[in-house]
Amino acid sequence: MNRNVFSAALAAAGLALTSVPAFAQEQAASLDDKVNQIFANSTGWFVSLIFSNFPGTTFPWIVAWLVIGATVFTLYFGFIQFRAVGHAISLVKGDYSDPNDAGEVSHFQALATALSGTVGLGNIAGVAVAIGIGGPGATFWMILAALMGMASKFTECTLGVKYRNEYPDGRVSGGPMYYLSKGFAERGLPGGKILAVLFSIFCILGALGGGNMFQANQAHQQISGVVGDYPGWITGIVFAAIVFAVIVGGIKSIARVTEKVVPFMGVLYVGTALLIIMMNYHLVGWAIGQIFAGAFTGLGVAGGMVGALIQGFKRAAFSNEAGVGSAAIAHSAVKTKEPITEGLVSLLEPFIDTVVVCTMTALVIIITQQLVMDPETGRYLLNEAGTAVKTVGDTSGVGLTSAAFGSKISWFPYILALAVVLFAFSTMITWSYYGLKAWTYLFGEGETKELVFKVIFCIFVVIGAAAQLGPVIDFSDAAIFAMAVVNIIGLYFLMPIVKRELNSYMSRLKSGEIKKFE
Amino acid sequence: MSGKFVVGYDGSVSARRALEFAVDRARAQNGTIVLTHVLEWSPYSFLTPTELEERHKRRKEELTRAEEAIMTTVVAELKDAGMTVETEIRYGNTPEILGRVAKEHNAVQIIIGRDGQSAIGARVFGSVAGALVQTAPVPCTIVP
Repeated sequence: MNRNVFSAALAAAGLALTSVPAFAQEQAASLDDKVNQIFANSTGWFVSLIFSNFPGTTFPWIVAWLVIGATVFTLYFGFIQFRAVGHAISLVKGDYSDPNDAGEVSHFQALATALSGTVGLGNIAGVAVAIGIGGPGATFWMILAALMGMASKFTECTLGVKYRNEYPDGRVSGGPMYYLSKGFAERGLPGGKILAVLFSIFCILGALGGGNMFQANQAHQQISGVVGDYPGWITGIVFAAIVFAVIVGGIKSIARVTEKVVPFMGVLYVGTALLIIMMNYHLVGWAIGQIFAGAFTGLGVAGGMVGALIQGFKRAAFSNEAGVGSAAIAHSAVKTKEPITEGLVSLLEPFIDTVVVCTMTALVIIITQQLVMDPETGRYLLNEAGTAVKTVGDTSGVGLTSAAFGSKISWFPYILALAVVLFAFSTMITWSYYGLKAWTYLFGEGETKELVFKVIFCIFVVIGAAAQLGPVIDFSDAAIFAMAVVNIIGLYFLMPIVKRELNSYMSRLKSGEIKKFE
Repeated sequence: MSGKFVVGYDGSVSARRALEFAVDRARAQNGTIVLTHVLEWSPYSFLTPTELEERHKRRKEELTRAEEAIMTTVVAELKDAGMTVETEIRYGNTPEILGRVAKEHNAVQIIIGRDGQSAIGARVFGSVAGALVQTAPVPCTIVP
């Protein structure tokens, strides 16, 4: 698979170097098509394996896998996501942080960095995909999946800190590959190493897919939506060059600026969504009604209720990555003596990401009535292909979100385009790190080895921008869910360790042995 | 009992003036200088994942560098001059940390220099002297 893809990318890179202004748009478009075709052909088998249905049904087994995992953790830890929210917020505020540890990674910083890897296109484009296919009802299942997913995130991030590596030179890093191998060894279970290797392989694919190609693809769609259509590989080359400058060139200033602007953009996005919702307050009740009605009847979407449910669950998992194991990598570096504290902090992540931000997107799309409804039956109309709900401007993905915001605030698509580009960029930087950690787990550390991964990562930026949304989103989902398959198996075997940590921590918190500072 | 004088010190010319002022006062009453260097830091800043991984390592390096580049020579100088010196290198918000150090050491005074920024500069970026005067637990002297 890789050789084909690489040669296509190299061809794209070569064309960029030799291209002249007169280069015909037509030829460029056909190059995009070629990249798309090669990509779709070479990844199809993997996608159909991950998304195969239970025999005789239209229900993909992977969706059940994630939901069952989240339910098991929710029950096993006694609804920890609801019990411990207050304490989690207190931890993020730094109430329990030793002032003498100032200068180390705080709970807030670990959470913010992990969030910058998840808040992004999943919240803007992913939700639009879910609602475009599954109708408003997908929102309900998305929120439910996120609330359950908080327990998965809690489990994996606690383990991430507990089994992290502290290197002699002072670096600290961890993640599923380490807790799978070390945790299994500690419990005397076989197979930890195999799971860790599998996880690393899927994590690299996930980094190249959801953490890279999907981002590049949607960033291109957004930019071309604003400035007019042009070939995707041009966006790809520009993005790849900037990503290259940061991850290979070590130009920290670019990353630092992004890290500061992204939270601001996030707040602006939620603020604007709230504004649009308030401007149409009389429709809020109706929109919530649509969400509930759609959740249980489908309101005419393709696949009916099950279609709405699958879309909601899929997008939630893709957006907040609970159970996937990726966030455990970012959370591992926190300074704490109690791994459980970081687990508790991390459970806020799916809440902020999905329950708050994704729901805002969903409400704006529903309230601005982008989905075309049959006024007589109250059911949604399907597009010509019958695969998704018909939208006002025939938009999908990020284009749908943009149209929804633009219908109320005409200039907002420009701000959104900027936000999407920045979100895409920060997600790429974070995922390049996740992928790199998996890569070094497999191949060992070393400058040349790390450079190879970073260059591959940049090549995939170009491919992602040039390919069409369908194959890219399929591959991205498949790779990220494949990580969850391995990770959740591991979590089942390691959850007694988390329970022991949790019980010990909670009893010490209750007895006053663990106190607030000052 | 001899008093302790907390001096905010960053190696700059103005900090140097503050230190000289403090040494005169401390010598007159056989007091101690608590030389304090603050590395500006907020636990609410945003870092990339690579920065998270390297944070602990960088912190060690920053502390060593502050010790070597800013504190060592001046401490030796003060000791040669017959002063009793203690040192503190901390991360955090400068006025807050100076106040905390003063409290911990039961200091009688905090002495800092000032960089003479314009009024508008102080408004935009905030001023250490201004914030310290408002929050310090003990009397402060700002040395011009």
